[in-house]
Amino acid sequence: MVIDCKHVWEHISGYLDGTLAPEQLEQVQKHLEHCEICSAILDSTRNILILTADDRVFELPLGFSERLHARLDDEIKRISPEVT
Amino acid sequence: MIASILSGNTQEFHSLIRPYERSVFSMALSLLQNEADAEDAAQDAFLKAFRNLKAFRAESKFSTWLISITLNEARSRLRKKKTMKVQSIEEQQEEHNHASPALLRDWREIPSEALERQEVKLILQQAITDLPLIYREIFLLRDVEELSVNESAETLGISVASVKVRLHRARMMLQKKLAPQLKQTSPKRRWLPWL
Repeated sequence: MVIDCKHVWEHISGYLDGTLAPEQLEQVQKHLEHCEICSAILDSTRNILILTADDRVFELPLGFSERLHARLDDEIKRISPEVT
Repeated sequence: MIASILSGNTQEFHSLIRPYERSVFSMALSLLQNEADAEDAAQDAFLKAFRNLKAFRAESKFSTWLISITLNEARSRLRKKKTMKVQSIEEQQEEHNHASPALLRDWREIPSEALERQEVKLILQQAITDLPLIYREIFLLRDVEELSVNESAETLGISVASVKVRLHRARMMLQKKLAPQLKQTSPKRRWLPWL
């Protein structure tokens, strides 16, 4: 069965996660082989996921760790988790 | 280490959480969209984790448990800001909202070194924080924190099918917004015609 571009877009996420059923996967792959638009959508989505998952996108503010551990220290001195 | 902390070596909690500082902060920042609020929420999430460490069950991962506490902390702050009204509207629209991607004829990969550029980082941050809350949450859990589909479903209290639908839409929304922008910001190759 030949599927159109809109049908392929619905499967981009499943394709990237490797969760498509074998038949769907084959249809999507066949379509991607000859469709430069869907291939570009797939490549750009994959690349965007790699970039957005990068640790450098959200950096810790200066002094974050020091402030956090100082507050934790106060808390640890004040209370301890209930011992099992 | 958790057993040791619970038996009285409470100072070890500092080492336990160090690997998760960035995760917890970025999760809080993406949800709250304000650095000071995110830092407060992250601190409170770590304190809650310490106070409730006894409730942690070894069958789940510590990171997943911690992310779940952070999500609840951020949600509770959002509720206080009364922005939950916006979320309920988004939820109603969920089933009717079909995300279509940005159409491109070619795509040149953006190398991860591009993240050294402040401009690219800001574009990515903005695109994530602009996602409607229900899509932002699932995107952060699955694609940033790398929780499994089942863990994400459990953390958000939604079905596995909803996780897949929301995640797909979140990814398509990001592609639609980011692909044209990143294409513009990537440096153009300057080929000299005689080379």
